[in-house]
Amino acid sequence: MKVYVPRDAAARSLGSDQVAHAVILEASRRGVSVDLVRNGSRGMVWLEPMVEIETAEGRTAFGPMTPADVPALFDAPAKHPKALGPVDQIPWFARQTRLTFARVGLIDPLSLADYEAHGGLSGLRRALEMDGDAQIDEMKLSGLRGRGGAGFPTGIKWDTVRLAHADQKYIVCNADEGDSGTFADRMLMEGDPFTLIEGMAIAGVTVGATKGYVYIRSEYPDAIFQMTEAIRIARLNKLLGPMLLGTGPAFDMEVRVGAGAYVCGEETSLLNSLEGKRGTVRAKPPLPALHGLFGKPTVVNNVISLATVPWIFANGAQAYKDFGLGRSRGTIPLQIAGNVKRGGLFETAFGMSLGEIVEEVGGGTASGRPVKAVQVGGPLGAYFPASKFATPFGYEEFDGQGGLIGHAGVVVFDDGVDMLQQARFAMEFCAVESCGKCTPCRIGAVRGVETIDRIAQGDAAAMPLLVDLCDTMRDGSLCALGGFTPYPVMSALTHFPDDFARMKEAAE
Amino acid sequence: MLDTADFSSRLQEIIAAHLPMEGPLLPILHAVQAEWGHIPEPAVPVIANALNLGRAEVHGVVTFYHDFRAVQAGATVIKVCAAEACQAQGGRDLVQATLRAFGLKDFGTTLDGRVTVEPIYCLGLCACGPAAIVGERLVGRASVERIQEAAQ
Ligand SMILES: Cc1cc2nc3c(=O)[nH]c(=O)nc-3n(C[C@H](O)[C@H](O)[C@H](O)COP(=O)(O)O)c2cc1C
Ligand code: SF4
Ligand code: FES
Ligand code: FES
Repeated sequence: MKVYVPRDAAARSLGSDQVAHAVILEASRRGVSVDLVRNGSRGMVWLEPMVEIETAEGRTAFGPMTPADVPALFDAPAKHPKALGPVDQIPWFARQTRLTFARVGLIDPLSLADYEAHGGLSGLRRALEMDGDAQIDEMKLSGLRGRGGAGFPTGIKWDTVRLAHADQKYIVCNADEGDSGTFADRMLMEGDPFTLIEGMAIAGVTVGATKGYVYIRSEYPDAIFQMTEAIRIARLNKLLGPMLLGTGPAFDMEVRVGAGAYVCGEETSLLNSLEGKRGTVRAKPPLPALHGLFGKPTVVNNVISLATVPWIFANGAQAYKDFGLGRSRGTIPLQIAGNVKRGGLFETAFGMSLGEIVEEVGGGTASGRPVKAVQVGGPLGAYFPASKFATPFGYEEFDGQGGLIGHAGVVVFDDGVDMLQQARFAMEFCAVESCGKCTPCRIGAVRGVETIDRIAQGDAAAMPLLVDLCDTMRDGSLCALGGFTPYPVMSALTHFPDDFARMKEAAE
Repeated sequence: MLDTADFSSRLQEIIAAHLPMEGPLLPILHAVQAEWGHIPEPAVPVIANALNLGRAEVHGVVTFYHDFRAVQAGATVIKVCAAEACQAQGGRDLVQATLRAFGLKDFGTTLDGRVTVEPIYCLGLCACGPAAIVGERLVGRASVERIQEAAQ
């Protein structure tokens, strides 16, 4: 009997280790031999811990499971009270277009054989047969843009690094994933780490870099463990090392752990941190592509950008580009979170409307109360009211509505939320996490908290001050921490003015 | 208590193990903190010397990052997520309730040194919040009861 119990951090936080333990116990009690696989999560977090059993009809799911639910799995699985049927027929799952996440939850994350059996390494093999121009053309044609937030075309970035002359170049994977409401990088690294390794290897081959770093935030112990193990296994099997796959050029990589600074997700701050310095932001230019890690040409890409590369090379750039909307090509792993009935990771082509994502996919709020606001793109993203639910998910489309998609986190709030408090939190977060390099961010955010507190006490005169402050931060900050904090603040103020007037009325 | 021969030799070991790395400072600091639960002040000049850095420079790095502690934390460290997706699921109340449960007015360590409660900004458990991490145990859909249970 083959049983899958996720080792994903979200599943573990809901008790999947105890469920796995119960499976082993029950099997030995009954004298049944089980092959227990600790897979990644399929992304249906509200069903975690979600157990799967391999049957003649394919993989069937059960969830959310507790240890007490385990014995019945061994009796008549089809009649199990937590039975969900075949995984690929669960509507939430069936509705997705899983390219980057195709193997996450499906395979044993640390089995290279399983990885290859499910299409792994075919992208790297194809890349190794192509010359540099063809590799870059493939990337450019795919239309892939950075999934870390800024949406810069990945192929163009790579080309800059490729054309730079240097004795050493680097591939740096940004796995700092600090945005609240996001967990795609974490799930990918925990559930299919070889995909990231393969993507980084293809990047190395394409630009002529021999060394890679994955900078993972310290808040992700499971991802750190899984990535480190996967790299060790890849090296052992000569996937990484002096000759990629035994025939290609040299490429090796290692994991580095962050130290709890949100700003270190900003690429130049991240590079400083990797070099062992304070994580302050560097002025651009020079671009990291030309003057990056230790001053060498460096590709800095998000986990999802890099983990999508193997699919592009395995299936062709055109196939990837055929998905999407406008200038947002391919798929995006949405992370649906907060007060939502069906939260999790949902990969789909760009273009689904925010309303569809929240109401249809997410099923509305978990509390059953009306949705009041949806924050898209992390702590620097705008709060959207329900009146903007028609906005299609795409870089330009969200920009046009005064927002951003960022790393594609979608956080749902019900009508219990106080938007003044959310605006205050945005300023407070900026003040705590500011790298301190520029005044509008360092001082402005502290002033922002004070100003919002004045508004909360009924001082309406503070309102224009807040607007001015946001303008100053937007125009005068070196990076998007100070520069974009006005997004959540101003969107809260603009779309939910009642929450800012409430105290004033009370005072009158 | 720390500047014993034991401390020095262990510190030298840690430094030597990481010296071949590119950019070894953060890995060294992580290893030092894993060993002693904080970055002991006497370690700073030794690390600085080994890496050819100024003492102030190393000190500046230590203080920049939230993870590095100047003093040891309580026996159990509880980090409760204070970020937006958890706020949407009752995270603000959970933070307050957790502090109250351990008799704390604000983030910090209990007088008996048994527990430290701190905020954390996202654990990537945003679809099953509010979330916390107790020692090394992740707690999804956390409640004060589940946090206390994990802290046992
Ligand atoms: C304050 C701040 C935090 C950021 N955090 C992240 C992050 O956690 N992960 C990430 O990939 N990009 C983050 N970015 C964006 C990076 O600076 C950079 O654009 C990205 O890593 C480039 O990779 P991509 O082109 O693949 O998106 C952040 C930017 C800022 C200003
Ligand atoms: S905006 Fe803030 S975080 Fe960004 S460089 Fe300036 S001070 Fe640093
Ligand atoms: S340098 Fe960060 S926004 Fe321009
Ligand atoms: S916001 Fe709390 S775990 Fe992500």
